[in-house]
Amino acid sequence: MADVAAGRSFIPRLSTLSRFTFVDVILWCLRIGVTAVVVGGTIGTLIKGRYEAAQWFDLVMFGLTLGSVYALIALGYTMVYGVLRLINFAHGDIMMTGAFSGYFVASALDYSGFLNSNPVLGMAAVLAVAVATSTTIAVLTERFAYRPFRHVRGFAPLICAIGVSFFLEQTFRGFFGPSIRSYPDPKWQAASIEFFGLAIPRVDILVISLAIVAMLILYLVVQKTRMGTAMRAVSEDTDAAAMMGIDVNKVVVFTFMLGGAMAGIAGVFYAFVFKQVYFFMGFQPGVKAFGAAVLGGIGSIPGAMLGGFFLGLVESVGPALFLDGIGIPAPYQLRDLIAFTLLIMVLIFRPHGILGERMAKKRA
Amino acid sequence: MTAEAISRGLRRKRARSPFHGAIVTGIVFGLMAVYLAVVGILPMINARAIIVDVLSMAHAALLAIGLGAGAYLARGERDQPTGAVALHGLIAGAIAGALLAVLVVAMNAIDLRSIFISLSPQTSDMLTFELDLEYAVPLLVALAAALGALGALLARSPPAVRKPVLIGCMAVLFFGVFQELIQIMMQFNEAIGDVRDLLYTWEGLTPEGAAIIFVLATGASLLSTRLRARAPAEGSASWWQGRNGQLAKAGIAMLVLILLPILAGSYIGQVLMLVGLYILMGMGLNLEVGLAGLLDLGFVAFFAVGAYTTALLTADSAHALAAFTAIPHMSFWMAMPIAVMISVIVGVLFGIPVLGVRGDYLAVATLGLGEIVRVIVQSDAAAPLLAGAQGILQIPKPSIGEFEFADPVALFFLTLVCAGIAAYCAWRLESSRLGRAWMAVRDDEDVAQALGINLVKVKLLAYGLGAAFAGLSGSIFAVMLTSVYPSSFQLLVSINVLALIIVGGMGSLPGVIVGSLALVGLPELLREFGEYRYLFYGVALIVMMQIRPEGLWPSATRRRELHDFAGDLELEEPPPAVVAEVAAHAEHRPGE
Repeated sequence: MADVAAGRSFIPRLSTLSRFTFVDVILWCLRIGVTAVVVGGTIGTLIKGRYEAAQWFDLVMFGLTLGSVYALIALGYTMVYGVLRLINFAHGDIMMTGAFSGYFVASALDYSGFLNSNPVLGMAAVLAVAVATSTTIAVLTERFAYRPFRHVRGFAPLICAIGVSFFLEQTFRGFFGPSIRSYPDPKWQAASIEFFGLAIPRVDILVISLAIVAMLILYLVVQKTRMGTAMRAVSEDTDAAAMMGIDVNKVVVFTFMLGGAMAGIAGVFYAFVFKQVYFFMGFQPGVKAFGAAVLGGIGSIPGAMLGGFFLGLVESVGPALFLDGIGIPAPYQLRDLIAFTLLIMVLIFRPHGILGERMAKKRA
Repeated sequence: MTAEAISRGLRRKRARSPFHGAIVTGIVFGLMAVYLAVVGILPMINARAIIVDVLSMAHAALLAIGLGAGAYLARGERDQPTGAVALHGLIAGAIAGALLAVLVVAMNAIDLRSIFISLSPQTSDMLTFELDLEYAVPLLVALAAALGALGALLARSPPAVRKPVLIGCMAVLFFGVFQELIQIMMQFNEAIGDVRDLLYTWEGLTPEGAAIIFVLATGASLLSTRLRARAPAEGSASWWQGRNGQLAKAGIAMLVLILLPILAGSYIGQVLMLVGLYILMGMGLNLEVGLAGLLDLGFVAFFAVGAYTTALLTADSAHALAAFTAIPHMSFWMAMPIAVMISVIVGVLFGIPVLGVRGDYLAVATLGLGEIVRVIVQSDAAAPLLAGAQGILQIPKPSIGEFEFADPVALFFLTLVCAGIAAYCAWRLESSRLGRAWMAVRDDEDVAQALGINLVKVKLLAYGLGAAFAGLSGSIFAVMLTSVYPSSFQLLVSINVLALIIVGGMGSLPGVIVGSLALVGLPELLREFGEYRYLFYGVALIVMMQIRPEGLWPSATRRRELHDFAGDLELEEPPPAVVAEVAAHAEHRPGE
């Protein structure tokens, strides 16, 4: 019966609720208001013409860079949700663990000059350590924090996940101190490439291309390998998969490994882009990436990638495009506002996301 | 329930291979000690003495870990002979000690401090008892092994021995840990002052003092056991549990609450006041989460609305509404009801868009809403009205006639009165028609709707009334600080409130009070712990969810749901068949 209830999309649900039509009115006002801000702001900005093409290009590039990081994190959310129906609230912090461990390698290599003389090997070492750490921590959290809740309904798993998130943050704070540490900035990253008269920072290209490679590998693993097939089967129907002889425990661990690895890569890239690491850095990207996963359709792997890139673009271009046009001072302070508004609008109006129609019909 | 079934299963497995169990227990407790050292808790509490020059708090914690390893092991080996249990405790302790020794050796061999900031030479000195490494390592292992064996034997000893010893140790710990507080309270009287000089120096208990407290507590425990055994136990117990007894208990608690801040001064007043504010918020969130089942992580927004409304209406600054609108300058007593009203309105507005969002998604959606409120308040765009990051200053303290609620103790009484009224409302709401409708919605939304409950109305009332409590709390918070800043309204506050109602027990009013005392009061009293408060919250959430999901003081309904599922039989421990049945039942969760 829960299936039937959850499968109904939001609009018909409301109409059954709508003895009080003011709810509908307010929701429509919300839609119209947001649309008005978006359209009005865009027109206003374009008329004002304060930004040049090169600036827009920069914003788009930054958006894609940020988006690829979000996409990598969102993959972890979406895969875990697909298999366990659990919002892994601590996923952002798993990304943080990757960033932190990568930082120690990177700063050691930077200090010895290795990172500058051997960029490829240096990068590989940083990524390897970050991925190893975040994968290990993801698997450990699954084993000790989430496994006891495998068959528990209600709030308990989510609350436990919130607890894990705090535990990881504060553990890293205790281990490594509360200060913000600046990430090494080797010369080869800082340079930019000229491209038809537009300067693209090299780090952007590096992050976007490597993220796409990582996602391709992940996609192949999920689609082509035996374990990936098992994972898809479990996320389709856990009980049937178990009856077919799939070891659900193994699949869950595998899922957390994949998600942790992606989060580790994302952590390193996030630190590359923002040039700093600290213990609370995982929280906001984590929540936003969850929004991206829902936007793409939770449970859907291409959806998470799409949602991540879309969120990154909106967050980067949005302040200039939507808010500057309607005359809001210092629109960049409101970057998070745009991201969170997008998150809420998706949760309210399209909880099954862009590509999640099929999944949402079955459950959600 | 499954958690319990699992732990029972684990225990059974351990009974089969006790050596394996001892090794695992040793590793777990050893890792715990290493973790505490690396995360910085042990180095921090090492500065605090429990018994001056004898026992620091860090060493007490290590002692407890060693004893705990043995005791935990012994508890799972009820069918083993005492000698074997002691041997296993010895092994577990030795392994735990060895892990710590490895840490010490590693610290001395390589410079770990550049990565782990807490592993300073002082930490090393603490773990080696300032001895050379070649003496310290064997000593550490031997000491831990002895402690493990002792813990196992203690757990094995008859209750007549175990209980008084434990109570004595607890009393010494209590008087040592809270020594500052107790010393302040002892300053009032000459005669008590002499007692204080006997028990304490300024840093902690004197060895004689510790011995006196231990003997007194042990004696008292023995005496009370003896008396209880002789007296007809039935009568006294049932009187305490009866209605009069409950009232008497509540009266005593009330008296303590009123007397404590008067006796202990403004610091305790401050702490208790904060506890009171969190109790208010906890009662509000309890309506939403505990009764209506709406997991709200944006709760801090209502708190912020209450605080900002009060600030805007009463402040003597350029940002007050009176400065640039026709709204007159108000006193706190007028602003507070308005702040509560506006919080209710915001609560309802907050609830409308998320009416159709369910379960986990609701948590994330409300989290997003809360963050949006914070981002807006902090931004320059809203600065002309809300003063941005600088905050609104110069909020006057409330006053009645000549009397101004200036010092924390007076404000605490204000909070206490408000909390009392709010608690009465919450209590009446709980058993009202609305409260039962909330519980129905929590248990199954669709069924509740089918039974004729108006979901929209009921849910919006939950948001609105929950927000009222938070608004009241925020209003008092504003006058307590006499200023409001956006940085006071982080998401952490929401998590804080959520953690306290979960630790206390969802849907239970006394639980809210217990939770606030434990999660807000304790870290404030143990000031150094403030830094590790959120670590403590994280651990508390995980552990509570795993071993006691109903909370420390659960409501009657939750207790029934989670434990007495055998109905009126009131079984202490359900028979294995029931456990198996429930576990099997849990496997088939609906919706899969």
